[in-house]
Amino acid sequence: MTVQLDARPPATPATGNPRQSSGRLSRFDTRFSPYLYIAPFFLIFGVFGAYPLAYTFWVSLHDWDLLGADHPFVGAENYTRLLADTDFWHALVNTLGIFVISTVPQLLAALWLANLLNRGLRARTGWRMAVLVPNVTSTAAVAIVFGVLFGREFGMINWLLDLVGLDAIEWKSNRLASWVAISAMVDWRWTGYNALILLAAMQAIPRDLYEAAAIDGASRVRQFWSVTVPLLKPTIIFCTIIATIGGLQLFTEPRMFHSGTNPIRGGPLRESQTLTMYMFENAFAPHYNFGYGSAVAWLLFALIAIVAAVNVLILRRLGGGARPNARKGTTR
Amino acid sequence: MSRLWRASPLTYLALVVAAGLSVFPIWWMFVVASRSNDAMGQLPPPVTPGGNLGANIARLFDNTDAYFLTGLINSAVVATTVTVSVVFFSSLAGFAFAKLRFRGRNAMLLVIIATMMVPTQLGVIPLYLLMTKLHWNDRLPAVIVPVLVTGFGVFMMRQYAGQAISDELIEAARMDGCGTARIWWHVVLPALRPAAAVLGLLTFMTTWNDFLWPYAVLNDPANPTVQLSLRALSDGYYQDMSQVFTGTAIATLPLLLVFVLFGRQIIGGIMEGAVKA
Repeated sequence: MTVQLDARPPATPATGNPRQSSGRLSRFDTRFSPYLYIAPFFLIFGVFGAYPLAYTFWVSLHDWDLLGADHPFVGAENYTRLLADTDFWHALVNTLGIFVISTVPQLLAALWLANLLNRGLRARTGWRMAVLVPNVTSTAAVAIVFGVLFGREFGMINWLLDLVGLDAIEWKSNRLASWVAISAMVDWRWTGYNALILLAAMQAIPRDLYEAAAIDGASRVRQFWSVTVPLLKPTIIFCTIIATIGGLQLFTEPRMFHSGTNPIRGGPLRESQTLTMYMFENAFAPHYNFGYGSAVAWLLFALIAIVAAVNVLILRRLGGGARPNARKGTTR
Repeated sequence: MSRLWRASPLTYLALVVAAGLSVFPIWWMFVVASRSNDAMGQLPPPVTPGGNLGANIARLFDNTDAYFLTGLINSAVVATTVTVSVVFFSSLAGFAFAKLRFRGRNAMLLVIIATMMVPTQLGVIPLYLLMTKLHWNDRLPAVIVPVLVTGFGVFMMRQYAGQAISDELIEAARMDGCGTARIWWHVVLPALRPAAAVLGLLTFMTTWNDFLWPYAVLNDPANPTVQLSLRALSDGYYQDMSQVFTGTAIATLPLLLVFVLFGRQIIGGIMEGAVKA
């Protein structure tokens, strides 16, 4: 997509003159104006990004009550208290549980969907738009809609279960069931998005690899697992990391899924309270304990880093053996 | 497309199911929004629109707890301002990173990429304290100013500028006596237009959809964004579901409209971003 040079006749370039006349100014310009252009980012990020980041850590070392007059330094006390806090561990398990239940099927479904979309289709753009449309809706709105779909009495899901002869499920008050319902929302929103990313990578795979595999007698399924999936590994890792970062930060869906009294707890017995919700519960209403909330935020950050690293390690291991060029060591 | 994988009827069937699952919750949102509250108790549930949309809208805008109209206006102001600003500043910085040489360029770009990894949660509490000091709590600058330019925007523009604009073109403009500002305006910006459109669309959608930070900082129920109006609606003591769904439908409508108009560009942007990432 390079832009064409202008179409003026080659005689025109009047090289020396205009440059010399404004030589000083232009040297100043090329030297310093780049900093001017990137300054807004660093200004905004410095004030509203970097400073808060460091400050969160500072706050987390204090007994910082919003209403309190002074904020005594308590060192690591917030962290030690947090590690002994059963509600924190409960929220951690919820977060990881919802994350696993949602991410694994989501990526598998996306892979499958991308494979479908990678065929000679009529109305290609139409299909792509159809699978992406969940991604461009309002999260809060959709969480409300799903909250009704997963309702106990008149919810459509329980009605469908009843049609096939299954018992109704208490989606909002059963811990595991609420995880599944929230995962369903997350998957509904993100499967199509991931499918498009994987599709883009699939289209970059050279066709002759498949022809060669077909000549070697590989079936369509075998081709998919032995050619497509290994070559998609970097993209799959990318999708997994994005899903990890998003999944562990989950807030809007579980928050809106539970309405009524004290929804920030994620149900009467904290059935689906995620870490972010726990942070909000402590830092804002009802507790307003900023020090404790900040400690939760930092542990959440650590968790994201750890899970992302583990993901990368697992995926490297998994894909390594199947890679067609592995023996040549092209990627080492 | 090569004849290697021509789609079979089975493929189409699977895609119809996938598309159906994708679209159904949205469709159903509009169905309930256009019916009376009886629709919620009916089994089997109705799947076609009714004639109650006007009455539901009237009830929604009369609801004094939700401040829905204020929410809509606020969201429009916030999303528009942020979009224009992000596109403007990102195209400037992206141009600088892609096409200008300066000391510390690579290190600074690395910082920008690193900022994309930091979760918002980490900043919420101190940002809240900062907003209190600035007296921006409950006011729109609190949700606008921190995202006037984003690492994602800068990075995206830099990637696009790197491949869309040839160095010769910039060199030629320089020969003609253009300063960098004029080069940006006359050469770079026109070439960046497709990427700017995609960035603008994505930014608008993200900002319109944002919930976490507005939820933290806009506590005054009389001055919400539209997403916060939805929260007020759905947390209400008495659940008037067709009114709530009318709210969700209206809050989703601008996003759907953008998607219908620019879906092709959005898809292209997502897929292109993936290959380069």
